[in-house]
Amino acid sequence: MSMITVKDMCLWYGDHQALHHINIEIPEKSITAFIGPSGCGKSTFLKTLNRMNDLIPGVKITGDIRYEGTDIFSREVDVNNLRKKIGMVFQKPNPFPMSIYDNIAYGPRTHGITNKVQLDEIVESALRGAAIWDEVKDRLKKNALGMSGGQQQRLCIARALAVQPKILLMDEPTSALDPISTSRIEELVMELKEKYTIVMVTHNMQQAVRVSDYTAFFLLGELVEFGKTDDSFSQPQDKRTEDYITGRFG
Amino acid sequence: MKKNQLMEKAIHGLFLVLGLITVGCVLLITVYLVISGIPAIREIGLIDFLFGKEWASTASEPKYGILPFILTSIYGTTGAILIGVPVGFMTAVYLSKLASPKVKSVMQSAVSLLAGISSVVYGLVGMLVLVLGIRKFFDVPDGASLLAAIIVLAIMILPSIIKMSVTALDAVPKEYEDASLALGATPIETYFKVSVPAAKSGIAAAVVLGVGRAIGEAMAVMMVAGNVPNMPDSLFQSVRFLTTAVSSEMAYSSGLQQQALFSIALVLFLFIMLINATLNFFLKREKE
Ligand SMILES: Nc1ncnc2c1ncn2[C@@H]1O[C@H](COP(=O)(O)OP(=O)(O)OP(=O)(O)O)[C@@H](O)[C@H]1O
Ligand SMILES: [Mg+2]
Repeated sequence: MSMITVKDMCLWYGDHQALHHINIEIPEKSITAFIGPSGCGKSTFLKTLNRMNDLIPGVKITGDIRYEGTDIFSREVDVNNLRKKIGMVFQKPNPFPMSIYDNIAYGPRTHGITNKVQLDEIVESALRGAAIWDEVKDRLKKNALGMSGGQQQRLCIARALAVQPKILLMDEPTSALDPISTSRIEELVMELKEKYTIVMVTHNMQQAVRVSDYTAFFLLGELVEFGKTDDSFSQPQDKRTEDYITGRFG
Repeated sequence: MKKNQLMEKAIHGLFLVLGLITVGCVLLITVYLVISGIPAIREIGLIDFLFGKEWASTASEPKYGILPFILTSIYGTTGAILIGVPVGFMTAVYLSKLASPKVKSVMQSAVSLLAGISSVVYGLVGMLVLVLGIRKFFDVPDGASLLAAIIVLAIMILPSIIKMSVTALDAVPKEYEDASLALGATPIETYFKVSVPAAKSGIAAAVVLGVGRAIGEAMAVMMVAGNVPNMPDSLFQSVRFLTTAVSSEMAYSSGLQQQALFSIALVLFLFIMLINATLNFFLKREKE
């Protein structure tokens, strides 16, 4: 079943058209990787899915995007609730300059949970979910900025999990990290797909092959190819995909 | 080559001298104030001077108690902060986070203009509008009062509070705000729960700067506060500030009276030093 269905979606930044007629169905409880050369619109597309692009002046979007069947741009949709359901992890780890505990509790508190016991539970389970509980359980009151980059990124994943999303959008979540932190995040992501639908932008071809079930290849604002990762990489349908994954351009 | 090096050294020396002049001025003022402020305090007695409730410098049996001035300055500054900080802070949040670029630029130039207006103009407008307004509105015999001074000071400290807070809020990394929005927080929640806490040392510094402004202001408060050395028992009392206590008698004073004015200036100076130290503390924390 598909979690998100996109039909004939175009996006403009002012006069500049950044996405052209995108059609895609993102399958539930699996990992979809977005690959493609720099500037091809991966981040733009990702940010459209949780409507973070709404905040950029001059953005115009046409076409149809459905999350679990509802049009995400329809009037009935509460954008804050949508973003709660469709969480996001950014390229650069961006914990708030607060304690580890407060970072995780921020989302639930925003959504009205004030009970201390309940918050404690949420914080623990989110941190466990992001495989970082054992490392931080003794210093929950310490400032999150004192953690390593890899830990910060897992904290950000935990923070996103704490509001119980259905989907996690990740924009190059490992590009600022060392190889060991990267492989920990990759392992984590593969565990998370049991419960969550994951969409991940990556510049790292091997990473896409290692972790993703489906791969979407973008080029110059177009979705050139979308399919099972194994197929896309072993027998790409489009000549441009083949050129890109074999390193002939990009 | 040699000539170049010589030139370098000469220029280096010149800058050093210019820098030393500034430092020298500060030192000179400090030393001068201490030396000329102490004799009167010795003669009057520190307790009588600081806590004496009556100032009658020209009476046949002169009294030199400056508690009315100290309290007036403290009340006046506190009042100005209580009004100016919430208004300035909210304006800063609006300008930094909510206003469209056009509105922001128009309002920011208005704020700069407000900062550039000379204090005698504030005093004048305060006299003509505020003092009369207070007299009519509250039905008191004289509108020149602590209240008028508080309002004028509140307006005068707005620009510094707004400017510094906007700078601090603008400097909050967008990543923090994005993270908050992506968790489903509304923009307003995001600004107050993430941006403002992240900018808190800068905003605190803005408040302290406002305090410094308010306590050091003389001209405008002289014009609207009535300038009578009363204890500030009510908002409608005509009062005199530390600054205006010095400036209003200096021209015709002599002997112990004049020395006492220097002592007042010393007290004011100590207040301002304290405020500056606080400001530096916050600014340093901001950097870290
Ligand atoms: N805020 C913006 N305003 C205007 N144009 C933008 C904006 N953000 C992105 N663009 C343009 O949209 C196009 C797609 O950008 P996008 O960031 O989505 O690419 P990307 O595939 O994520 O690239 P990268 O791999 O470098 O992150 C680019 O041409 C870019 O210049
Ligand atoms: Mg990108």
